[in-house]
Amino acid sequence: MSAPVLNISNLSVNYSTDRGTLHALRDVDLHIQAGRIVGIVGESGCGKSTLISTIIRLLSANACVEEGEVLFQGEDLLALDAKAMRKLRGNELAMVFQDPMTSLNPVLSIGRQMLDIQYRDDGSKAEKKSRSLHMLERVGIPDAATQLDRYPHHLSGGMRQRVAIAMALMTEPSLLIADEPTTALDATLEIQIIQRLRQLQRDVGCAVLFISHHLGVISELCDEVVVMYAGEVVESGGTRQVFDAPKHPYTRGLLECDPASIQASDNILPVIPGQLPDLTDPPPGCIFQPRCDRSVAQCSSQRPRLDGQGHRAACFVATS
Amino acid sequence: MLEYVIRRSGLALVILLLAVTLLFAMIHMMPGDPASILLGPKASPELKAALNQRMGLDQPLLVQLARFYADLAQGDLGTDVFSNRPVLEMVLEQLPYTIVLVLAAIGGASLVGIPLGCYSAIRHNSLLDRLVGVMSVAFIAIPSFVIALYLLLLLSVKWRWFPAMGAGDSGDIVDQARHLVLPALALGLGWVGYIARLVRTSMLEVMEENHIRTARAFGLSERTIIVHYALRIAVLPTVTILGLGIGTMLSGALFAEIVFSRPGIGKLLHEGVLTRNYPVVMGSVLMTTAFFVLCTLISDVINAMLDPRVRDGESS
Ligand SMILES: Nc1ncnc2c1ncn2[C@@H]1O[C@H](COP(=O)(O)OP(=O)(O)O)[C@@H](O)[C@H]1O
Ligand SMILES: [Mg+2]
Repeated sequence: MSAPVLNISNLSVNYSTDRGTLHALRDVDLHIQAGRIVGIVGESGCGKSTLISTIIRLLSANACVEEGEVLFQGEDLLALDAKAMRKLRGNELAMVFQDPMTSLNPVLSIGRQMLDIQYRDDGSKAEKKSRSLHMLERVGIPDAATQLDRYPHHLSGGMRQRVAIAMALMTEPSLLIADEPTTALDATLEIQIIQRLRQLQRDVGCAVLFISHHLGVISELCDEVVVMYAGEVVESGGTRQVFDAPKHPYTRGLLECDPASIQASDNILPVIPGQLPDLTDPPPGCIFQPRCDRSVAQCSSQRPRLDGQGHRAACFVATS
Repeated sequence: MLEYVIRRSGLALVILLLAVTLLFAMIHMMPGDPASILLGPKASPELKAALNQRMGLDQPLLVQLARFYADLAQGDLGTDVFSNRPVLEMVLEQLPYTIVLVLAAIGGASLVGIPLGCYSAIRHNSLLDRLVGVMSVAFIAIPSFVIALYLLLLLSVKWRWFPAMGAGDSGDIVDQARHLVLPALALGLGWVGYIARLVRTSMLEVMEENHIRTARAFGLSERTIIVHYALRIAVLPTVTILGLGIGTMLSGALFAEIVFSRPGIGKLLHEGVLTRNYPVVMGSVLMTTAFFVLCTLISDVINAMLDPRVRDGESS
C-alpha cells in the first residue's frame, strides 16, 4: 500500500455566528493514498466546503479549528506558517472551485492568469506560455492559442472549468482538490469533463479529493467514497462496497430513494424526509438520530464512532 | 478597443450637441431680452434695436440656432463686447490654467486617496482606517471655498510657505507649480477622503470575490493579489465617479480662481457675469461643458482599458 498523501484526523471546525457557535465539522477522519480518487458526498450544508477550506487554509475569518490534524505528506498543515502554506498552494496542493463563472479573474486574460501562477518557475515567458498552451490542449480546449488572449467572459462555463482544471494541474500537484467542479454544468458537459479529469489524473498521477453531491459522478469517478452528514463522516469505504452494500441508514436512504436514478446523469442527491439538525445545537447522540427510522435507545444518548478499517460506518445499528 | 473608443466618442459628440442646444435654449428662455441685459435697463430703444440687429437677435429662433451651430462648427464663439477680441481666443488663453488646476487637484487626490482606501480595506478597522473614515466625512461636509480660505490664511498669510495670488511667472515652471499648490489643495483635499472611501468599499467587496480565493489557492503573493487582481477591479467605479466629479470640481475651480485671484475660465466667467459680457459668459460655459464631456469620455476609456467586459459592451 502506498503512503498516504493526506491524513485528516479528529478535525473539528466551528464558525462563530450571531446564533452562537456553529459546529460545522466534528471529529472528521479522512485518508487519501497517493494516486487515489476519493469522493466526498453529502447534502448541501454538511460541511464539504468547510473541510476543503480547512485543508487549504482559506477558512473565513469567523472560523476556528477546534482540534485535529491535517497531515499533508506527513506535515501538519494547520501548524504551518503563512509562508510555508503559500509554498504548497498551487504547487503540491491544487484546487478547482465550484463556480466557474466567478472563480477566474474577470479583467485578466486566460494567458495572463496562467502565466501568473507559474511564478515559481525560472523559465522564460515563452516557455511558460507554451506550457499553458499545452495544458489547455490537454484539457480539451479547442483552438487553445486563441483562448490564451481571451477573457473569462468570452468562454462558456464548461470551457472556464476546463481552464480551471488546466491551471490546477499545470504544476503536477500531489493532491488535487475539486469542490463540486461540475455542479454548475449541464449533464453532457459534466460527463465529458469527468472523463477528461480521470484521464489527466492517470497521466499526472496525483491523488484527487473530489466533492460532489451527485452520486452518479462519484460512483463513476472515485475509488473511495466518504459520506458526510451534518459535519460528520458517517460512512466511508471503497466506492463499490459503499454503493453496493451501504451500512449507514443515511447512506441507505440516499441510495434507496431511487437506485435507478443513481446512474441517471441529471440526478442530484435524493431528498430524505426531515431536515438537517441545527448545527449550533446538535443532538447529544447520533447526529442522524432525529431523521433515522431505525434508531434505538442508545442512539439518542451516545455518539457512534467511525471505527476500524476499510468499509465502516458510524452507527450502532449498521447493517454489515 | 478602437471600436469602443470610436463608439464612445460618437456618444460624446451627441451629448455635447445636446448640451450646446440646451445652453442655447436656456439663454433664450432667460427673462428679459439680451439687449436689455447687456445694455442695462436705462438704454434707449434705438440702441437696443441696433444691438439686437448686430447680434442677429431680431431673426427667428430657428435661424438663430442654425447660425449658432454654423458658428460653433467654425470655432466662432463670437466677440467680446468690450474689447472686440474673439471669445475663442480669450477662452483658449484661460482654459489651460483651469485644466491644469483641475487635473492637479484630481490627480493629487487620487494619488493619495486610492492607496489610502486600498490600505484601509486591507487593514480594515485599524487606526488608520478609522482616521480616514472620520476625516473623509469631515472634509466632505466642509465646502471647498472654506478650505480654500483657511489654507490661504494658514499656509500663505501666516507661514508664508506658498504664494497666494496669481498663477506664477509664465515660463517659470517651479514658480507656477508653487502657485498651483494652494488652489489645488483647496479643490482636491475634500476628494481625498471621498476617493479613499469609494476605493475602500469596492476593495472590501472585491477581496471577498471567488476569483481572489482562486488566486490565493494558487499561492500568488498578497501583493500581486491586491495590486493586480483586486485593485484593478476596485478602482473601476472610482474612475467613473472621478470623470463625473470633474463637473463638481469645475464649479469648485470657479471659487478657487476667485479666492486665489488665479487666471482661468472661472475667473473669466466671473468677470463676464459681472460686466454682463454675454458672449464671454456663453463661450466660457461652452468650453467648460466641452471639457467636462471630454473628461467623462476619458474616464470611460480608462475603464475600458482596465476592464475587458466594458470594451465588449457587457455590463460588469
Ligand atoms: N462563513 C461562515 N459563517 C458561518 N457559518 C458558515 C460559514 N460558512 C459555512 N457555514 C455553515 O457551515 C455549514 C457547512 O457549510 P459548507 O461547508 O459550505 O457546506 P457544503 O459545502 O457541504 O454545502 C453550513 O451550515 C453553513 O451554513
Ligand atoms: Mg459547498
